[in-house]
Amino acid sequence: MDEEYDVIVLGTGLTECILSGLLSVDGKKVLHMDRNDYYGGDSASLNLSQLYRQFKPGQEPPAELGRDRDYAVDLIPKFIIAAGELTRILVHTDVTRYLEFKQIAGSFVYRDGKISKVPSNEMEAVRSPLMGLFEKRRAKKFFEFLQSWKDEDPATHQGIDLDKDSMKVVYEKFGLEPGTQDFIGHAMALYLDDDYITKPAREAYKRIVLYTSSMARYGKSPYIYPLYGLGELPQSFARLSAIYGGTYMLDKPIDEIVTDESGKFIGVRSGNETVKAKQVIGDPSYFGAGKADGENGKVRVLEQHKVVRAICILKHPIPGTDDSDSAQIIIPQNQVNRRNDIYIAMVSSTHNVCSKDVYVAIVSTIVETSTPEREILPGLQLLGPIYEKFVSVSSLYTPTSSGQDDNIFITRSYDATSHFETVVDDVTDVWKRVTNKELVLKKREVEVEA
Amino acid sequence: MSKQFQFKLVLLGESAVGKSSLVLRFVKDQFDDYRESTIGAAFLTQTVTLDDGTTVKFEIWDTAGQERYKSLAPMYYRNANCAVVVYDITQSASLEKAKSWIRELQRQADPSIVIALCGNKLDLAARRQVTEEEAKKFAEEEGLMWSETSAKSGEGVTEIFTAIAKKLPLTAPPSARTGGARAGPARTGVDLNKQANTTDGQNEPCNC
Repeated sequence: MDEEYDVIVLGTGLTECILSGLLSVDGKKVLHMDRNDYYGGDSASLNLSQLYRQFKPGQEPPAELGRDRDYAVDLIPKFIIAAGELTRILVHTDVTRYLEFKQIAGSFVYRDGKISKVPSNEMEAVRSPLMGLFEKRRAKKFFEFLQSWKDEDPATHQGIDLDKDSMKVVYEKFGLEPGTQDFIGHAMALYLDDDYITKPAREAYKRIVLYTSSMARYGKSPYIYPLYGLGELPQSFARLSAIYGGTYMLDKPIDEIVTDESGKFIGVRSGNETVKAKQVIGDPSYFGAGKADGENGKVRVLEQHKVVRAICILKHPIPGTDDSDSAQIIIPQNQVNRRNDIYIAMVSSTHNVCSKDVYVAIVSTIVETSTPEREILPGLQLLGPIYEKFVSVSSLYTPTSSGQDDNIFITRSYDATSHFETVVDDVTDVWKRVTNKELVLKKREVEVEA
Repeated sequence: MSKQFQFKLVLLGESAVGKSSLVLRFVKDQFDDYRESTIGAAFLTQTVTLDDGTTVKFEIWDTAGQERYKSLAPMYYRNANCAVVVYDITQSASLEKAKSWIRELQRQADPSIVIALCGNKLDLAARRQVTEEEAKKFAEEEGLMWSETSAKSGEGVTEIFTAIAKKLPLTAPPSARTGGARAGPARTGVDLNKQANTTDGQNEPCNC
């Protein structure tokens, strides 16, 4: 280990693995380490025995759940937006050759005690039970407005300036009811709270267009999901990194981030060995997350908020979803008098993540009170009988500095959003800080088939 | 009409036993004495045609060096139809390492996987540390295929891949075996590449 690297990456979560892969492809000499003996960190998918070991130590998985190896239960529930940025990275880096994807069967929204399919265009809006007759006409006009918008053609703007007018102005122009605003803002634009309403409408417009174009891509829902679980994603980017010369070490305790007297990064110490590198990138858990005095007396990450997640094993599909083999259900905050949405992600054996006739649903939200498990009750109640439940509360951390002064670049915890767009934002941001250039995705050279 | 099959083949074995050289010889009929550890190309294909005209396409996964510090991902073993576990006949420790990889395969891979134990560097037979008898006996006990090769001279290389092709179950419907073959036509999921290119102008192949 006396070689010197360009970059040491700590933790094999998805953010770190994408960065490691992109840096290796860019010609950097990368050493990638993880304290665990498995890939994925917080974005791993666990088999049954790992799941019980983590959440119910000392308890054996019940035999009737089937074979241990058939399970790949995600710790963090997220789906891939079909036309989103992660898809673009997957395609451009060509890691799609290691993965297989399936659609998520349906996207639903909770309203007045019931769940309904999220309409994704004016046609579906017209048929949706979510709106009354007159509201449907207004919603149709709203969707037509969004779909025909062209920046260069003022005639399509109908007097709206997306960069100045707030979303509130847009909703009011079309006279949309609060309940309609709820499903548009939360189940289509995928905002977790209502702060967006008073901000310029451009961002919400982009998010709604992303939703509808993703929906149009494969048909059933705007989401796709990798067979064998989300844990396949970090593994595939790690392989990309390794193919381009990245060195991988799992099961490696990280004992110290070594710095010089001015605080600049020198290397990483594991036991008696110190490996040197110009820069280090890592997830918050390697930089004092959860410790009162930070990492070696230096506070490098701060807790932003907490997320409560309940992994639920079901023996039936979620009621009201037309027996979908997979689904996303959004419970907009207003519907249950909260500040943050509750959301449910459900997958099943169709995605090779559990035994046949088993369904895995994760209910999650940002914690607002001192009794987080009670906050997700409205979500749990939609699931029907729950065979087994694993509840956890985790803190979300964000770095205190950009890393440009000390060459220590820390990624963010996986947030409460239902998709990977913010993960890609973090990748792009860290990339820019580490390399001082914008991330430009290049198509990987593909080996010609013999 | 002749039948076509596609299988995922994974390579295993200690570093520097010649895994990549073996594949390079098989796929491109080349050998490089000073080949550094695997960089850049870890996904090759080669087709073997059997006597009855059946073609077997191997999609070959190299370790990309991830075996060095016990860091191979479960994804590597996933849906592998066959494995070539390589040792160096001039290093008896490499056979011990091969045995531990075989145990790992028996634990992680599909039970129906076809495993071939391969003693490489036959051109250095003068410095042999592993006898044919010893390796063959182990292979028989474990129900593995076994042979010796030289990636450098080419001896035995095509033969072992052809033998694997013959041993793979060619009777089941092709779809049953192409599950792991991501590049094959039998993939049942959504194809990101296809969709991304047809519906999204900015993903044209050449905006590098």
